[in-house]
Amino acid sequence: MGKVKCECGHVNPHGTVLCESCGRALTEEAQKEKLHDMRYEGSARRSQTYNKSIVDKVWNFFSSVKVGIWLIVLTLVASSLGTIFPQKLFIPNNVSPETYYEETYGTAGKIYYTLGFYDLYNSIWFIALIAAIGVSLVICSLDRVIPLYRALKNQRVARHGTFMKKQRLFASKQGAIQPEELDKIKEGLKSKRYRIREEDGSLLAEKGRFSRWGPYVNHIGLIIFLIGAMLRSVQGMYIDELLWIREGETLEIPGTKGEYYLKNEKFTIENYDKEKDPEVFNAALERTGSIVKNYQTDAVLYKDENQDLPGAKPKLVKVKEEEIRVNEPMKFDNFALYQDSFSKDEMKAMELALTNKATKEEAGRVNIDLFNPKDTYDLGKGYKVEVLGYYPDYDGVGENGEPKTKSPVPNNPAFLFKMISPEHPDGEISFTAIRQTLEPVGETEYKMEFRGIETRNISALTVRKDLTLWILGIGGAIFMIGVVQGAYWNHRRLWIRQIDGEIYVAAHTNKNWHGLKREINPLIENTAVPIPEDQQA
Amino acid sequence: MNKRKKRLIMRSIILAILAAAVGYTFYSNLTKEARGNLQKGDEAPDFVLTDLSGEAHQLSDYKGKGVFLNFWGTWCEPCKKEMPHMEKMSKEFKDQGVEVLAVNVGDSELQAKKFAKQYGLTFPIAIDSSKEVQDAYGVNPLPATFMISPDGKVEEIVIGGLVKEEQVRALFEKVKP
Amino acid sequence: MSDLVQWSGNLLYASFIMYLVATFLFGGSIRQKKDGEKQDVNRWGKLGITVTVIGFIAQLGYFFTRWAAAGHAPVSNLFEFITFFSMMLVGAFIIIYFMYRLAVLGVFALPVALIIIAYASMFPRDISPLIPALQSQWLHIHVTTVAAGEGILAISFIAGLIYLVKTLDHSKRSKQTIWLEVIMYSLVAVIGFVAVTMAFTMSGYEAKFDYVNKEGQAAQETFNLPAIVGPNEGELLTPGQFEPLVEMPAFINSKKLNTVIWSLGAGALLYGLIRLLARKRVGALVQPLVKNVNTDLMDEVSYRSVLIGFPVFTLGGLIFAMIWAQIAWTRFWGWDPKEVWALITWLFYAAFLHLRLSKGWHGEKSAWLAVIGFVIIMFNLIAVNLVIAGLHSYA
Repeated sequence: MGKVKCECGHVNPHGTVLCESCGRALTEEAQKEKLHDMRYEGSARRSQTYNKSIVDKVWNFFSSVKVGIWLIVLTLVASSLGTIFPQKLFIPNNVSPETYYEETYGTAGKIYYTLGFYDLYNSIWFIALIAAIGVSLVICSLDRVIPLYRALKNQRVARHGTFMKKQRLFASKQGAIQPEELDKIKEGLKSKRYRIREEDGSLLAEKGRFSRWGPYVNHIGLIIFLIGAMLRSVQGMYIDELLWIREGETLEIPGTKGEYYLKNEKFTIENYDKEKDPEVFNAALERTGSIVKNYQTDAVLYKDENQDLPGAKPKLVKVKEEEIRVNEPMKFDNFALYQDSFSKDEMKAMELALTNKATKEEAGRVNIDLFNPKDTYDLGKGYKVEVLGYYPDYDGVGENGEPKTKSPVPNNPAFLFKMISPEHPDGEISFTAIRQTLEPVGETEYKMEFRGIETRNISALTVRKDLTLWILGIGGAIFMIGVVQGAYWNHRRLWIRQIDGEIYVAAHTNKNWHGLKREINPLIENTAVPIPEDQQA
Repeated sequence: MNKRKKRLIMRSIILAILAAAVGYTFYSNLTKEARGNLQKGDEAPDFVLTDLSGEAHQLSDYKGKGVFLNFWGTWCEPCKKEMPHMEKMSKEFKDQGVEVLAVNVGDSELQAKKFAKQYGLTFPIAIDSSKEVQDAYGVNPLPATFMISPDGKVEEIVIGGLVKEEQVRALFEKVKP
Repeated sequence: MSDLVQWSGNLLYASFIMYLVATFLFGGSIRQKKDGEKQDVNRWGKLGITVTVIGFIAQLGYFFTRWAAAGHAPVSNLFEFITFFSMMLVGAFIIIYFMYRLAVLGVFALPVALIIIAYASMFPRDISPLIPALQSQWLHIHVTTVAAGEGILAISFIAGLIYLVKTLDHSKRSKQTIWLEVIMYSLVAVIGFVAVTMAFTMSGYEAKFDYVNKEGQAAQETFNLPAIVGPNEGELLTPGQFEPLVEMPAFINSKKLNTVIWSLGAGALLYGLIRLLARKRVGALVQPLVKNVNTDLMDEVSYRSVLIGFPVFTLGGLIFAMIWAQIAWTRFWGWDPKEVWALITWLFYAAFLHLRLSKGWHGEKSAWLAVIGFVIIMFNLIAVNLVIAGLHSYA
């Protein structure tokens, strides 16, 4: 069992609706149809023929275009839900999502958070939807492309009369075609790039069959794209790190396993300037205040020659020097460094003057590196400053009376100094912060007066390695080829046959019927062949 | 009949491949957070750091001994609280083959030195100024303590302060050779 | 330099006038036509397309003179992008016109283009320099391709609209006629927006408010329309101006919402006026224009436009977008609202094609889908930029 033999002698697979060869209707429904459903050429879609085991059931579920469309629609709706409020990724990272959504958006925000929509695109069910689309793509395509291929390959020139009658474009007329007339029609068809096949007086002109493969080609592209996206979670394929680097610093580039180092020579922010930049921008600059022209890190890339253990002093060899800007990442060895963010004017050094409070005379100045302060600063002539304590991010005094620091970053540097002068060889104690001096152990004659601050910028660079890009690229390219192939070309066929003293003519296209009519009608006009009529209009 | 069987096998294989791909995607997405970080039982990444007195310490040199590897900073309050326990235990376990290595994160030498003096710390303290060791161990909040067994495996990871002396002692006991 | 800008503005103005004239010419051509099936276009139609093409050339002139003045293609803010989109819509119309010779398309496509240009003109029109993220050749490649794709897809909406106007029974109240009226009303509301904005801009209305923003900080906002809804904890600073009736929570941008309310109100007024004068639905009012339309052909035009536009949109809105996002933002995909809505648009048209190919959704169903597709495109163009802030909100 399983095979269906047609009158014409062709053996069709079980479930075939229209004979692959002559097109005769093999099922009762098809025989009753007014017009044949030509979507898959009436071939046997395998999913519809068996429905026995669980495997077949799963297969048939995913093989349904209806299911596919539902998956697309569900994904579409789900995606839109994720844009109602900002995703977790876009909210300030110093707040907890749990409280943020409720505080900012009220009850709606709370519901949004509770339903998990705040991180929708990483949720299991969303990934499951995408995965289901992937499965549907594979199975739908496999299930249709093979029968369609068979049907188009096996089609013969002389189609069954009923097949022709049930085409959308069809006409018949008593009479016979003169060979010269047929030649003329053939000539015309050839000039329109039709391929022509003939079999004892019957004619089949066909073009653009390859456009029928377009959907399958673009589905392959999508599947490759999804595979690429899937591979990103494989270790080593994808690296996403952020490197905060101060001006003057040389740091290991995270993700490179100690192989590469980067030095930030300078970070610049440049704004548009009414004087220097083209005058046409002035109106916009006046309206908006200022517009940034450039973010740039002047960077030097080094390779660590001895590639040794973490913490060991690297042996750096310069690889290249480059300016990293937005849209102009630095690339090396599958990595790319992008200008991502910055922090302006972090304090680097502080200048203080040892001053006599009464006379306002300066005994000398100290310049303290806030990242590496010294123990003592000798000012000569018996003047000396000792650092007893350093609090880079001073945050008041703790329970034990000790000054506290919030972080190791010099956001609000404060010092506990011992000021030694010829008058006070044992030293006076002073606590000095920016614009603040305390005398914790009694009044002093001298003080450390704030004189100035040196700052520098910090650049944030994204370190990215993505070995899946080429797969995604290939997937995307194949998708584009397939979609153009399917959308910009049409599969057109014209059948002419003489049956019992009648001339039959039928035409089919997978789309763009008016184009087909416009193309073939002039070729048939004024011949014995009737102009096919649109039986649907 | 045979043909139908063949089709069933074919379909089963394709579905199995798809299921495996989807399963893998789920697995890797769900474990994304945890992956890349050091886990209990992993090989402890080797490193070398110079302590405040200028002596180099390489982790692999401590093979055969247990190591109490502690990451800390002077601004970190819980770090201050656990230091006295660490000092006490380091003396107690010195002869039993467990060493303390304290890796400072982010401070200047001056601060670290003042701190060590203030708390009377005798175990080696090294500053990870390049943050490379910190990265290798995936340390983020401080303090963080890694107990490394004599054969160089991570025996225990403690994120956060060690409040009680007994806690610290138990950790030392764990990596005694 | 400023001469060039002046020229550019004049050319845009000229193209606007031409499209307006061409609309009436196409309208005239319909009245004479007897049969909707493709035939020799009459004199009015020929005149109409000629004026349209001249208008299109004028708009191209606007585009390139402004490009020359700015040093970058004028597609970098909302005014420029929406104007460019209207140009692509007209361009797509011209192409489809020469494929099918359908004057009736012009009667609907050109007014839509006009509304879009008028809408665009309500945004700041000065030439702004490019922020670092936009300084790339991909700006030109990505944005122009997206606009071209959307312009072609918009023609599918036009054809779908014509199909619905022709086939729906406007004498009866039904779900379909109501929805069609909603579409008509939306178009009228845009005109309302333009009218209200222009009126109050010319009168120089300004009301300053102190308010507390989303981040809980004090901020200031200037309303150019009387505030029906006011900002969170807002305090009117300009004496004598209209006090808000309702205060909005902080996360809602009250200025934009206020503009929307004004536009909808003015739209309702205009729409009501039309209904009152015509004494029938707007759909019924324009139905005589499509009397001779061959619905089957219109269905095909709509489908064809999707087929032509979909690959272009995919290329510009997803593929080029991803390439540029990888270069500028370090990742090709980041679930930014604009990206998500581009994906939604793409998924929607993918569903459209599947429904048509496999489920046989032709005719009316297909026409509704074309209309919904355009609504999604407009949503992405307008609402996502103005309401849902993201990386794309430059204007």
